[in-house]
Amino acid sequence: MKIHEYQGKELLKRYGVPVPKGRAALSLSEAEEAIRAIQQETGSPVVVVKAQIHAGGRGKGGGVKVAKGYEDAVAKAKAIFGMQLVTHQTGPEGTRVKRLLIEQGIDIARELYLGLVLDRVTGRVTVMASTEGGMEIEEVAAKHPEKIIKQSIDPAVGFRPWQAREIAFALGLKGDEIKSAVKFLTALVEAYHQLDCSLLEVNPLVVTRQGEVIALDAKINFDDNALYRHPDFSELRDLDEEDPSEIEAKRHDLSYIHLDGTIGCMVNGAGLAMSTMDIIKHYGGMPANFLDVGGGATAEKVTAAFKIITHDPRVRGIFVNIFGGIMKCDTIANGVVIAAKEVGLLGPGRRQGSERSEAREIPLVVRLEGTNVELGRQILRDSGLNVVSASDMADGAKKIVELAAKGAA
Amino acid sequence: MSILVDKNTRLLVQGMTGKTGAFHTRGAVEYGTNVVAGVSPGKGGTKHEGIPVFDTVAQAVAATGANAAVIYVPPPGAADAILEAEAANLPLIVCITEGIPTLDMIAVRRVLELSSSVLIGPNCPGIISPGKCKIGIMPGYIHKEGHVGVVSRSGTLTYEGVHQLTQLGIGQSTCIGIGGDPVKGMDFIDCLERFERDPDTQAVLMMGEIGGSSEEAAAEYVKTKMTKPVAAFIAGQTAPPGKRMGHAGAIIAGGKGTAAEKIAALQAAGIAVARTPAEMGATLKSVLR
Repeated sequence: MKIHEYQGKELLKRYGVPVPKGRAALSLSEAEEAIRAIQQETGSPVVVVKAQIHAGGRGKGGGVKVAKGYEDAVAKAKAIFGMQLVTHQTGPEGTRVKRLLIEQGIDIARELYLGLVLDRVTGRVTVMASTEGGMEIEEVAAKHPEKIIKQSIDPAVGFRPWQAREIAFALGLKGDEIKSAVKFLTALVEAYHQLDCSLLEVNPLVVTRQGEVIALDAKINFDDNALYRHPDFSELRDLDEEDPSEIEAKRHDLSYIHLDGTIGCMVNGAGLAMSTMDIIKHYGGMPANFLDVGGGATAEKVTAAFKIITHDPRVRGIFVNIFGGIMKCDTIANGVVIAAKEVGLLGPGRRQGSERSEAREIPLVVRLEGTNVELGRQILRDSGLNVVSASDMADGAKKIVELAAKGAA
Repeated sequence: MSILVDKNTRLLVQGMTGKTGAFHTRGAVEYGTNVVAGVSPGKGGTKHEGIPVFDTVAQAVAATGANAAVIYVPPPGAADAILEAEAANLPLIVCITEGIPTLDMIAVRRVLELSSSVLIGPNCPGIISPGKCKIGIMPGYIHKEGHVGVVSRSGTLTYEGVHQLTQLGIGQSTCIGIGGDPVKGMDFIDCLERFERDPDTQAVLMMGEIGGSSEEAAAEYVKTKMTKPVAAFIAGQTAPPGKRMGHAGAIIAGGKGTAAEKIAALQAAGIAVARTPAEMGATLKSVLR
């Protein structure tokens, strides 16, 4: 789960991580109020207006501006609020800015990078630092791997002060900066663990001309598996940042990712679901989604899955690929029949049309294998539905790509 | 022969009296697995479908001589269940549970580094040596006794591969689902090492997916250490970066962990990579000597 920068900073502050004075604004009038308050609090006319979207690269996309004076700040807030911010992470359509963070200006002496990530090879959390603040760590890793400083946290003893010092010295910090950095790092590691993060990035981490060490940015991802330990995090969720179909899928305990193709997929198991996408592409089609119905798919779940898939106006065909193990093929076949009848498998948009005759069926190919497979296939044959049966994965993929192409022509 | 589990495996089930645990315990018994004990704190002294239930793993091991544990405990208690099994010195621990917090697994893995216990999973289908012993949630009947080792990060994709092998008349020595989590027990290399040593395994089919670098490490191992032929498939060639494809571990992050990189590494190591998931069995067949 991802959260906004301002939410991340509020959380970090609780663990003693120094962050700039700032206020979030969900409207322009709130932004005006925030600008006034920050200017009053700091006694300085300089504020920073920052677009709050989950994607990175906001500065380069024009979503972060420094302003001097109230009028300038309001003008900049007006320009950013509501803009369609395009960054390398948003895709070409961009994301609409619906929240702003108004922050005090910081007198920056140096910009550094600090990140906490899981190292899958060692199975430990690793603290990464670099002197290349503001640059993405992937870019640093590619161009200057020698500039990345790493300290692995042994879960038996935790993050040690010597490790924090090691990082501080390697970053070229001096005098009081060392102490500030050690305190900062210790607090950051504590926050990572207490909050069950899966990623915590401070980029840039800045050293001010006064020698303070401050988190100028904060990117936090939470471990989805640990959300049950943090019921309060649900308040931090910004549904505007999530795909509505993905939200709906989550409600039904389905794992769904929206993609750009035209062939909807419904599969049991994540690996098989990815493989099904792959084989569709292999035969010349493009998957419209990743959808794992999980191990215990009921008729309700299958119906919800069909609804989500057919809601996508680009979908020209659906491929159901089920390897029944614990889930029996007759159960899934019954689910498919009930769902297909209820949803109707008609293209969206057309369904709303007054002329029922304009409605066109979305072709459905079903491949069943595993427990009670014959019974399952019989149920589909007897259903009266126009279901095309596939003998194996390749056969199913070929058939759906063909049918979808025919329907689109 | 086979690896890790066989006719001598004496299985203990943690969380046996829960709905999932009870269901799959029945499946294991029906397959012929020797299930000797269940552990459900507070239900010690009772019997569940004829199998004695104990309060603690240590008690169960002392009373029954169990030498393997399978865990069906829900996520909040699953890491603790693994640690309890490890403390009882069980040589093999299989954790089926999906959704264990990563930080819990980091602690578990630290303990396992110094332990003689071996962990399979979590978030996995389990392990089966066809005709001998089944531990986990896979459908037993799709398997066939034979000489191909199977190792995979997936569940149903493993069944797909095994099914294709069986359809081609190729049996399996042992099939292991190592699970889709980023921090786990056995990895590809741990399984490959054992398959290489197992006189009864003649070839290995491995199924990987996007995310992490386990497949690349496995490729290096095959290239330098393995004499037996290996065939492979990598799922997620069409997966976009930054999106978690169901499994917590299946995510392309920072441009790393793509299917293309993994396939290239496998091919460079002389591994036959199936072009599509429909050709896993055929690809393995093509490398059999």
